[in-house]
Amino acid sequence: MLFFTRWKAAAILLTALVVCLFAVPNFFSEKIVSHLPDWAQRHIVLGLDLQGGSSLLLQVDTNAVRQERLQAVDDDVLRVLRQARIPFTGRAIHGNGVEVHITRPVDVKTALDKLGELSQPLAGIAGSTGQRSLDISENGGTITLTPSDAALTERIRQAVDQSIEIIQRRVNELGLVEPSIQREGVDRILVQVPGLQDPTRLKEILGKTAKLDFRMVDLSMTVEQAMQTHPPADSEILNGQKAGEKYLVEKRVLVSGSDLVDAEPGFDQRTNEPVVNFRFNSSGARKFAEATQQNVGKPFAIVLDNQVVSAPVIREPILGGQGQISGNFTVQQANDLAILLRAGALPAPLTIVQENTVGPGLGQDSILAGEHAAYVGAALVIFFMFVTYGLFGLFANIAVAVNVAMIFGVLSMLGATLTLPGIAGIVLTVGIAVDSNVLIYERIREEVRAGRTAINAIDAGFTRALATILDSNITTFIAAAVLFYAGSGPVRGFAVTLGVGILTSLFTAFTLTRLIVAYWVRMWRPRTVPI
Amino acid sequence: MRLLRIVPDNTRFDFMRFRRISFPMSAMLSIAAILLYFFHGLNFGIDFVGGTLVEVQTKANPADLAKMRATIGALNLGEFQLQQFGAPDDVLIRISEQPGGDPAQEAAVQKVRNALGASVTYRRVEVVGPSVSTELLSYGTIGLLSAIVAILFYLWFRFEWQFALGAMIANVHDVVLTVGFMSLTRVDFDLTSIAALLTIVGYSLNDTVVIYDRIREMLRRYKRMSMPDLLNVSVNATLSRSIVTHLTVACSLLALLLFGGQAIRSFTATMMFGVVLVGTYTSVFIASPILIYLGVGTGRMGGAEEPETPPAPPAGEPAPAKSTSSRPASARPAPPRRARARR
Repeated sequence: MLFFTRWKAAAILLTALVVCLFAVPNFFSEKIVSHLPDWAQRHIVLGLDLQGGSSLLLQVDTNAVRQERLQAVDDDVLRVLRQARIPFTGRAIHGNGVEVHITRPVDVKTALDKLGELSQPLAGIAGSTGQRSLDISENGGTITLTPSDAALTERIRQAVDQSIEIIQRRVNELGLVEPSIQREGVDRILVQVPGLQDPTRLKEILGKTAKLDFRMVDLSMTVEQAMQTHPPADSEILNGQKAGEKYLVEKRVLVSGSDLVDAEPGFDQRTNEPVVNFRFNSSGARKFAEATQQNVGKPFAIVLDNQVVSAPVIREPILGGQGQISGNFTVQQANDLAILLRAGALPAPLTIVQENTVGPGLGQDSILAGEHAAYVGAALVIFFMFVTYGLFGLFANIAVAVNVAMIFGVLSMLGATLTLPGIAGIVLTVGIAVDSNVLIYERIREEVRAGRTAINAIDAGFTRALATILDSNITTFIAAAVLFYAGSGPVRGFAVTLGVGILTSLFTAFTLTRLIVAYWVRMWRPRTVPI
Repeated sequence: MRLLRIVPDNTRFDFMRFRRISFPMSAMLSIAAILLYFFHGLNFGIDFVGGTLVEVQTKANPADLAKMRATIGALNLGEFQLQQFGAPDDVLIRISEQPGGDPAQEAAVQKVRNALGASVTYRRVEVVGPSVSTELLSYGTIGLLSAIVAILFYLWFRFEWQFALGAMIANVHDVVLTVGFMSLTRVDFDLTSIAALLTIVGYSLNDTVVIYDRIREMLRRYKRMSMPDLLNVSVNATLSRSIVTHLTVACSLLALLLFGGQAIRSFTATMMFGVVLVGTYTSVFIASPILIYLGVGTGRMGGAEEPETPPAPPAGEPAPAKSTSSRPASARPAPPRRARARR
């Protein structure tokens, strides 16, 4: 156990040195580090609890995604059956599916064939999965079309991906520094913004779907009439911006927000109130020109998230593809609306399910507290080890110091995030690393008591203790691994440092401590063991 | 230089005799802990029950808690608590979960921010909506249980099933007692508490494994020694290590407890209790003697006793420490050649 070839010794020292060196960039300022080559720039990122900032967990409204999908199927059914000239009754969304009753039994087979074309095979990662987008069943002339679970899951995945992209754009437009936006689980998105103190505005910006439509106001009856009786089938009653303000608006969309290419806040030249100026792309411009040409003198509604922002009367056809939205905005509101329109609409509404904001004061305090605890803990342990094991205690202290440096090195290599629980993990790892040495030394003491010669006892002590160290560390490592997979946020930070710490302490116990002791034995040829 | 010997060499405590005290005692404490959990409950943090937590630093020093209580009370946000947190101008505001799902929680924070206005600076705002809190609790529990199961499988694979079972009983005992401690002290039970519990499980197992390792080695070496004697020899042999290690862990934890700040205080307090007090006790007084009842060693070959004299069976009280190498080398059996091989 105490014999190392030159190569082996060199390899051990080199590994330890290289891993430790990775920790070096953490001690220099951002500016100096940016001059280093890419591979040397990796460093530990401080978690939001240490550097301050805001983190929001958003949930995509999967129910809205499902409803939208059902609505689309419903529209498709209407289109297909009308095209095929098949009479039907009772078309409606029922629970998770769309039901339609075919009036004449002779048409059922043709209807099934035609509607069957709506169901597309789903493409998986490795070609076709054999699953289809719709499950179609028939019972006594009633056909039910249900979007399959696989198709819905795929939809939700797409919705989350799109949302992440749009959130990214919105957050960038707000001018926030280094935001991190990532998917969490199936239907959640984690937005982290370092340094952000008050996330109120961010929450407002992210909370809006920003679905913008231009539609005609329905003039076939007044809003009051519609509210008393029933609105026409193709129209709906929408709220205005002021309390109690209502509009009867056609469901048909003239031009939608997806046709916008630009939106800028500005001021109306006559009234001087804040407005949003926008520009359509070519197809949007064409559609808008046609609609305004046909409806001069009538009002149209600008609808944002199912609320009428304003309903101006078309004075003349708008052919240039440019327009203006006014709606009693404040400057800030006009600004935000422009941001939202530029970034695009979210595919589904988002809800904030978790918020965590840490001010810079607390972060600074936590770093200081963590540092103090680490210094005091290290001092106590070093002193204790020296008093207990003398020279060998010093060897152990060297190994533990290298171990801590290696933890920082590995964390830097991984670009890991260091949180307060993470610091706690490191402090605890110091305990684990010390334990490895204690196990070895106690075993050596035992072997000495059993009457072995010094070198024999040291050798046997290492051999037997290392087996125990391996067993006990693997159990702790399993706990850390499970923590990592099952935990979230703070728990994960703790699991990472604990896991990394166990690996590095295994390395130092198996190689470094042994190497130091081996050299000491070779240099001094001891006759008794000084522990 | 004279080195510190915390535990004298060649101790011969009769740990196994204490099982007649330790087992009933642990059983009673465990029942007490379970009763505490059911009747006293845990002080669940917002991670698990949802709600809002706001830590503020007031411009007034010390903070005027009565005034703040009135300001927040006027918002009609249901149950809330104010608590001084560390410094005299540092106040922790806890607001219970609002009815009306996730958006309602956000609205509540906004109200608090508006009401307190510029009289405070915000050190921390945490909001956990109902859809997340229920998940966090179930994930936490699943994580804890699966960690215990994973570790057990490893022990079963490395040792024998009796050892795995013994470790599991010891483990559950640790978790139950620690949960009882948390209930008694009303420590916030949140995600970091789950991390603390898991670390306690890891450390306690670590300790148990070190002793089991030695027991296994002894089982191979002394084929005819009675089980209680053999366990005593094993525990005594590892006693010094157990105590030195726990003192160093205690050093680390003490530093965290005193200087690590308010945010991780409940975490370190729990660890101190679980690792240093319960974990050490368990591995010596529960995990080891339980092997007698689980039938470890009964199937050993009753073959001829090895020629060497086994160490004297432990006396009832600690033997005086002998000087380091008083016994001749021949008094101890030759080291087994395959000490590491699995059976």
